[in-house]
Amino acid sequence: METTDQLRDRLLARFPGAEISVVTNPGPAAQHSLLLSPSPARDIAVFLRDDPALRLDYCSNVTGIDWPTLGCLEVVYHLYSMALKHGPVILRLRTTNRTDAVTLPSLTPVWRACEFQEREVFDLYGIVFTEHPDLRRILMWDEFKDHPMRKDYVEPDDYEWEPTPHGGVLEKAKRHYPAAPVAGVADPGPASASPATKP
Amino acid sequence: MIASGLQTTGAHVREVHDDFHGDLLEVSMGPHHPSTHGVFRMQVTLDGETIVKLKPVFGYLHRNHEKLGENTSYLGSMPYTDRLDYLNSMTNNWAYALAVEKLAGQPVPERAEYLRIILAELTRLLNHTCLAGFLLQDSGASGTPLMYAFREREKILDLFESLSGSRMMCNFQRFGGCRTDASPEWLAAAKKLTDGYGAFLDEYERLITGNEILMARTQGVGVLKPDLAISAGITGPMLRATGVDYDLRKVDAYGFYSRFAFRVPLGDHGDTYDRYMIRVLEMRESIEILQQAFRDLPAGPIMDPKAKLRGFRPKTGEAYGRIEGPKGEIGFYLISDGTPNPYRYRVRPPSLINLTVLEDLCLGHTVADAVIILGSIDIVLGEVDR
Amino acid sequence: MSDFATTLPTGITEPDRDELRRQGILLTSLEEFYNWGRSNSVWPLQFGLACCAIEMIAASMARFDIARFGSEVFRPSPRQADLLIVSGTVTKKMAPQVVRLWNQMPEPKYCIAMGACAISGGPFKQGYNVLKGIDRFIPVDIYIPGCPPRPEALLHGLMTLQEKIRGQKLTGPDAPRHLRADTTCDYPVPEFGEHDLEPPANSAVWQAPTMMRKEKGQA
Repeated sequence: METTDQLRDRLLARFPGAEISVVTNPGPAAQHSLLLSPSPARDIAVFLRDDPALRLDYCSNVTGIDWPTLGCLEVVYHLYSMALKHGPVILRLRTTNRTDAVTLPSLTPVWRACEFQEREVFDLYGIVFTEHPDLRRILMWDEFKDHPMRKDYVEPDDYEWEPTPHGGVLEKAKRHYPAAPVAGVADPGPASASPATKP
Repeated sequence: MIASGLQTTGAHVREVHDDFHGDLLEVSMGPHHPSTHGVFRMQVTLDGETIVKLKPVFGYLHRNHEKLGENTSYLGSMPYTDRLDYLNSMTNNWAYALAVEKLAGQPVPERAEYLRIILAELTRLLNHTCLAGFLLQDSGASGTPLMYAFREREKILDLFESLSGSRMMCNFQRFGGCRTDASPEWLAAAKKLTDGYGAFLDEYERLITGNEILMARTQGVGVLKPDLAISAGITGPMLRATGVDYDLRKVDAYGFYSRFAFRVPLGDHGDTYDRYMIRVLEMRESIEILQQAFRDLPAGPIMDPKAKLRGFRPKTGEAYGRIEGPKGEIGFYLISDGTPNPYRYRVRPPSLINLTVLEDLCLGHTVADAVIILGSIDIVLGEVDR
Repeated sequence: MSDFATTLPTGITEPDRDELRRQGILLTSLEEFYNWGRSNSVWPLQFGLACCAIEMIAASMARFDIARFGSEVFRPSPRQADLLIVSGTVTKKMAPQVVRLWNQMPEPKYCIAMGACAISGGPFKQGYNVLKGIDRFIPVDIYIPGCPPRPEALLHGLMTLQEKIRGQKLTGPDAPRHLRADTTCDYPVPEFGEHDLEPPANSAVWQAPTMMRKEKGQA
């Protein structure tokens, strides 16, 4: 199969207006990926699926990623070919920001395998996929408001102090429970002031 | 329409042609239902007893696996992978170890690769045996087939327990090898079990496979077409039952599978009966693989001496590693930012994605058929919801 | 109920009863007889949540054979069940359904929290969607630690429950829930909120433990 650079050049020749760049993977896996601009993404996906040299008929994995440092949310598609038994070709789509411009084109019309996985990304990251046939929350309940897989999600403060804390648990315990009284100072009261324990 | 196999209208309501019909009935099956294999829920719309619409509802076992993976070290996620698909902890371990080894460029010694193959094929036997038992349970043969299946399962679990210390949650693979070596006694016991497994399958098939009721209940029920299966990302025995030849043990030849001679069974019709038969045939191939592995198992270390367990920090980068689990392609997508914890830890769950076509398979069938179609898809909720 | 129903006639000791039993005379109290009967036919609800459910199934299969203890009749309907085995992680999305099932079971009913997750959230305790122990919403009689507990542990938990049932008094202040007028058998079902369950715990059955955090170096 052609390399990611060759594939990018071929795609640029076929879709002259599109912005396509190669995201290099510096790790030993060397699975490089193609970063697409959202608007022609679905046409490119159809091309990748139907091109006789590629035949990427199988979308294996759809991953949402939150990049607060880049200021965007990202979806990664891992494509393989069942007909020609090669792969992966990795596509990345990025939103404009993390707050209001979080719309990306859905690739479910191209590969139905994306249906539940894109719903999951919508649920946990809040990326809105246009033309998805059934975009609802999939894992959390419908009334839920947050997107819990984002890096800045604050979970409900609802578990008690553990005797052997480590790292993040200790930080939560500090927020949650008062320090033990130092000798001579009045008792600060029971720990029932935490939100989880209110009736 | 550019879609392949997708009905963009959303509602899959069948037209009702006869004049004599009543209202449609909505039934919520689950999350507490004896036949949904855990806390899975189907919202079924019925016309009489015929399914005209079916919407799966997930999330009742969403245990935040991926979020926990981001907050835990690489090795710390290994026990969590046991609890993904809790029937097949060994293959989950392997898939995760493979992804991390790809991420870090970590080689694995030969003996460890053989041990992994042995354990993965034993897991496949275990999973497919349990599936056959549960499928028969779902189709009304209450008790007996499941008793047979669990009798064999206990034997395999005894092997796992003596090797790893735990029956179900083995936590056995490490990045660059395995945790403990198999003793000659263990290998002898495993070989004895493998040699006897064919006889069990013969017995089980005599009891089940030719059974007239099973054939009537499963043949022609829930037919999956190959092009829909490919488009919907179906993997594993369910894909191969439709006749598509795609087995990662052959395609990727991960581990040392290229050294083994085995056949990939393919189905013809893609119906529930084919999905059952594929599993039985795969078990027979697994026995072949196991016997070759016991014959060729080399001596040597089981852990790469340069492998780092404590303070493991792969370089910045990402990797997607996948193996052929008993339920389909189980993959892990990891992004490292150079810290001890992965920046992103994603599980590609075969059970969830195989459920994409559940509605297509069930439309036009009765509720009782939906139960065995679901049974033949072979889901485990720990993996569906993660 | 009179004292006659709940206590043995005074003056008859255990050796006396053994002697009478050898002669073919069974001397018992109504309380003892009643508890003996129901402790040996505890019907569990056929209700699996996660990994532990597989071990629960294994316990009912030939090797471990829960039928030896009269509990092989797994009922699919909560209306016919005496025992709720919470076998696995209870997520917040599932918690209202578990409480609803518990409410639908008729008294006398018992609850076993099987496995670390049902007790406290277990390895998934830090998850945003994981309920940190089913005892936040319903009263638990037996806790079985383990991840997952072996089938033998479940059998031991069941036998402990049987002991508990046999020891229950039918009258007086220690009488079980269903024989007292001052307790309710209905537990409020939590609602799905925008960020969490509402309420996150039932304060009538669960109180957060009061603990003090010790700073480093503090005695």
